[in-house]
Amino acid sequence: MTKTIRLALLASTLLGSAAWAQDVTLTIESWRNDDLAIWQEKIIPAFEAANPGIKINFAPSAPPEYNAVLNSKLDAGSAGDLITCRPFDASLELFKKGKLADLSDLAAMANFSDVAKSAWQTDDGKQTFCVPMASVIHGFIYNKTAFEELGLTPPKTEAEFFALLDKIKQDGTYIPMAMGTADQWEAATMGYQNIGPNYWKGEEGRKALIEGTSSLTDEPWVAPFRQLAKWKDYLGDGFEAQTYPDSQNLFTLGRAAIYPAGSWEIGVFGPQIGGAFEMGAFPPPVPAEGDKCYISDHTDIALGMNAATEHPEEARKFLEWVGSSEFATLYANALPGFFSLNAAPVEMQDPLAKEFVSWRESCEPTIRSTYQILSRGTPNLENETWTASANVITGAETPEAAAERLQQGLASWYAPQQK
Amino acid sequence: MAQRKAFRWHIAVFLAPAVLVYTAIMIVPLFGTLNLSLFNTGEGGRVFVGLRNFATLFGDPRWSASFWNALGNNAWFFLVHMLVQNPVGVALAALLSSPRLRGAAFYRTAIFIPTILSFVIVGFVWKLILSPIWGIAPGMLDAVGLKSLFAPWLGREGTALTTLALISVWQFVGIPMMLIYAALLSIPDEVIEAAEMDGVTGWSQFWKIKLPLILPSIGIISILTFVGNFNAFDLIYVTQGALAGPNFSTDILGTFLYRTFFGFQLQIGDPHMGATIATAMFGIILLGVGFYLFAIQRRLRRYQF
Repeated sequence: MTKTIRLALLASTLLGSAAWAQDVTLTIESWRNDDLAIWQEKIIPAFEAANPGIKINFAPSAPPEYNAVLNSKLDAGSAGDLITCRPFDASLELFKKGKLADLSDLAAMANFSDVAKSAWQTDDGKQTFCVPMASVIHGFIYNKTAFEELGLTPPKTEAEFFALLDKIKQDGTYIPMAMGTADQWEAATMGYQNIGPNYWKGEEGRKALIEGTSSLTDEPWVAPFRQLAKWKDYLGDGFEAQTYPDSQNLFTLGRAAIYPAGSWEIGVFGPQIGGAFEMGAFPPPVPAEGDKCYISDHTDIALGMNAATEHPEEARKFLEWVGSSEFATLYANALPGFFSLNAAPVEMQDPLAKEFVSWRESCEPTIRSTYQILSRGTPNLENETWTASANVITGAETPEAAAERLQQGLASWYAPQQK
Repeated sequence: MAQRKAFRWHIAVFLAPAVLVYTAIMIVPLFGTLNLSLFNTGEGGRVFVGLRNFATLFGDPRWSASFWNALGNNAWFFLVHMLVQNPVGVALAALLSSPRLRGAAFYRTAIFIPTILSFVIVGFVWKLILSPIWGIAPGMLDAVGLKSLFAPWLGREGTALTTLALISVWQFVGIPMMLIYAALLSIPDEVIEAAEMDGVTGWSQFWKIKLPLILPSIGIISILTFVGNFNAFDLIYVTQGALAGPNFSTDILGTFLYRTFFGFQLQIGDPHMGATIATAMFGIILLGVGFYLFAIQRRLRRYQF
């Protein structure tokens, strides 16, 4: 009796595994639930057509819950084969715990620059554990129709920028700039991190801060706060209670002339504006004529492999494809504003996205200053920067006091800054 | 006589479901949290640190500044409720119990309805009403010529917390109103009639006869308000986000605990410090409730009819 059961069990397992062997299904964990349709309709069919026998299942969860959901799935052993990687410490932590596989030997890694890979590498840069997918670029989106109406041209320098804002303000038809401080991160991400790299000279300043040779109270790190403090006069009425969606709507409804932006807005703004006016973009203005320009080209999203996957070969095959220029073209065009990190140039259709990406040629790219290493401790530099930037704009703190507070917070736990 | 009373099993049986469920979902996690606050991550995993987490919370200038700021805001939040919600609730109940009021059932329902709404809806709706860009508040003030009084209240450090407290009062004023209303209705007519015979009517009747009779209900409401306020989190989180802006001026213990325990944005969660804050909150609420039970509840006079 037991024998028959055993045989039956054995037979069923064999049959079961035989059925599986025909088609390998790889599941992708992701927080980009906005992109579900794009994956299902464009990206996955392209891969499956070229690679019969591998099926891909894109299974996203909600962005705010992603980190928590992913961690518990990985601990429980139920996570998918491919893991979408957050930049820096969140993924590094997973790699250190052995949850993400080392992908340094992937052939496709050669297609990416060191800056592109830095978000998914160990601190010494020796091991890379995710294939970079996309970055977002900061800059200013403006209402081209309004600019033409008022006879304005995009500014090159800080002085020109403020002269321009003054003109829009005097005219009174438009709110000069759409930004609020209610959500705080707008002030830090679209404000401080947007205009800052021009002052701290991009990677040079960011690295100096990590090494401890420069501090947040030095002029290059205080200057962006000084500029932010001046923004106050050009924001809409009641900007203190204006939220991120409020700012987006003010701009897309044509009530504001300039929007301090991240390139991810391109895909959102286009359909919302629906042709009511034309958009243009300019990079953050440099402090003085002839200065070299720097832009925040922030590495944001990558794909890694679950170390416990049952199909490592197929997963690696997919990752090689994600690192190819074919994927880069597909992804960048499906999601304008998420720029491929691939070293091979990608042909894009969207004119605004093209404008943003063209700055990579003329300006030096860098990543957000607070993301690598500096936000590992408590108080967290990134979160403190949110509050500080919002405070500087509302006038609750002077630029110098905000910088001083950030420096003290950083020095309280980060050894290289404790000298 | 010699026969001992049989053990009354039915008592244990009837208590068991409630005791078991309550223990499993409340008491065990509570002790788990208290226990968690005595540990921290050190070399090679979790280590016992005794009360060192509390020393950090109260001793480290950053932690203690955040903690006292949250506690101070929480106290103000509670004070606004005590000074506005409960007197208004009592006043509404007194009005509703007046026999001459027409449409009492309508008012009662209308005032109570916000209580059953979700925090998310209340927070979102008020945020829209008060929005300087799309809100109806600036327009309404403009209509009566008081536009100059409008300010982005939720965005200013000085006004944000009070505004939120008043939103919460708006939402929950129905609860004290209903409890007091029930207490007022339960006052026997004979007592009122006797008072009228003695010439105690109107306001003096309320102060001298009714108020002493509803004091125990007011006590219960105060303690419910206290516990509710010191556990509050949702409204602030929904309207101001986990960073409780502007500049932490609306940060209360609940949001401080959330940020610490679960982490926020790039900040990775710290369950040990989070549990420490939770324990401190537990202590504060325990002290408050204990004070009420021993110092106030026992002195309240109750009247039997």
